[in-house]
Amino acid sequence: MENNKYMNPYLAGFFLGLLLLATIYITGRGLGASGAIKSATIAAVQTVTPEHTNNTKFYKEYSSEHSGNPLMNWLVFEVVGVLIGAFLSGLVSNRLGFVLEKGPHTKTKIRVAGALIGGILWGIGSQLGRGCTSGAALSGLAVMSTGGILTMFAIFAGAYAFAYFFRKMWI
Amino acid sequence: MGPLVPDIVSPNLNYIVALIVGILFGAILEQAGFSSSKKLVGLFYGYDFTVLRVFFTAGIVAMIGVMAFNYFGLLDVSLIFINPLYIWSAIIGGLIMGLGFVIGGFCPGTSVCAAAIGKIDAMIFIGGAFLGVLIFAEGYPLFEGLYKAAYYGNPTVPETLGISQNLFAFLMVIMAVSAFIVTKMIEDKVNGISSKPFTPLPYFMSVGIIGILVAVVSFSFTDRKTNLLSMVEDKNIVSNYPIDKMSVDEFAFNLLKYDEISTVQYIDFRPDSLRKQLNFPNTHPFTVDDLFTKEPNKLLTLLDKQNIFIAQDELTAKKMAIIATELGYKRIRILEGGVQNFVEQILNYTPIENPKTVDEKNVNRFRIEAKATLPELLKEFQPKEEVKKEKKRVLGGC
Repeated sequence: MENNKYMNPYLAGFFLGLLLLATIYITGRGLGASGAIKSATIAAVQTVTPEHTNNTKFYKEYSSEHSGNPLMNWLVFEVVGVLIGAFLSGLVSNRLGFVLEKGPHTKTKIRVAGALIGGILWGIGSQLGRGCTSGAALSGLAVMSTGGILTMFAIFAGAYAFAYFFRKMWI
Repeated sequence: MGPLVPDIVSPNLNYIVALIVGILFGAILEQAGFSSSKKLVGLFYGYDFTVLRVFFTAGIVAMIGVMAFNYFGLLDVSLIFINPLYIWSAIIGGLIMGLGFVIGGFCPGTSVCAAAIGKIDAMIFIGGAFLGVLIFAEGYPLFEGLYKAAYYGNPTVPETLGISQNLFAFLMVIMAVSAFIVTKMIEDKVNGISSKPFTPLPYFMSVGIIGILVAVVSFSFTDRKTNLLSMVEDKNIVSNYPIDKMSVDEFAFNLLKYDEISTVQYIDFRPDSLRKQLNFPNTHPFTVDDLFTKEPNKLLTLLDKQNIFIAQDELTAKKMAIIATELGYKRIRILEGGVQNFVEQILNYTPIENPKTVDEKNVNRFRIEAKATLPELLKEFQPKEEVKKEKKRVLGGC
């Protein structure tokens, strides 16, 4: 099912760089992703247990800094766009299909657990790091932000440091 | 001048912008192959360095683009979002994210991409990410100390390291190009592609040449502000630079008719203390820094207004006028001799004893009348308490 007609990475990087530049010019901010997941989580908790959000520090701090619906957020709109754009790209390049991708020697159970745990780690890590590879690393690089670039190095360092222990999942 | 938010692009339009940006973002990422976990982790196992190539190219293109836009006065970089620096949470958060990458095979942005085309492992990953945020939120009292520790504001790397922006950009380009070449060699080796002696050479050469060009370009967008400020310290340049002037008589005439003449505005560079003593109608106080920022810039681009730069002395006004002209602003004139000349020649005018020529008679007549009328008139324009408009950076972040 692998369609290897991917765009040349340097060309893709060039376009992505232009997009990032345009975004900064128009909006004054860069791209991101983890913030949308944060917004969605907060919105879900607020809907399900509003009293809890009034009693818990994290949500109270968030509400004091942001008024209104947490879903009315730049990143939420952007990520909805990402869903649409990626879908259209997959459609055009004939890459649509339900697949559970995993390494050649990995059992499905392991991959599922890995995806879940990896997601949890990113959920925690991106909150601590105030961003993920899109928001902190990529956008941070574009504006030369020390915080963003430090986070970027930490992400890569962490991945390379731990890669060996999980190699069986991928190769 | 960018950022276009919040004046040219309203907050609501900004959401539409976000949607469109997202669509393009998702399309580019997916086209590059970021919708496959196996392809993404190839970066960490040596068999596929696509992520590195896309990432670094994008970062550097955007970085140099921002520098260029700043240089050409298209973007006010003092207003853009710069990620804050919290040392410990950045490091520990980053390490956790790195671990999450090699276990989960995604990062948030790519997981959305992959989920959009049907990858089930990505959907599970996103579910996990929600749980992770929840864990962080519920366990916040445990994390809070680390989360808020070692805050150092929003510095840029050049500021932190004490180097110029251009040097930093140059170093980043060198680093990226080296990484591109080295990783290509590693990738070929890991994938068992025996490199024939001549095939990789064109690749490396083109990467190298483009890299050198980009690195050189990164030195051309120097900080405009520093350049212009040192330019006007050069006496030769200043004295030879043509700037139109407005005579004190024309100035006085405009003042007398201030409520009829709407095509003139005064850009006042005098310090607060002097403006409190003597102030003029249709005047905007400015500092030299204001010439480089977005808000004050709007005043200078009003098409129906002439911009008369006034300062206590003519030289200061001329320096400001030169900077503004170099930045591209038009319809600029300076007050001849400065405000001190105006005070001397008009407000404290000593009439010519025996005017002989027609000119002398006219000047006499006009200035005597101006001297009589203006002081009372100008008293009306004592500056009120100026509400200092707080320049606000765009709120960003994740």
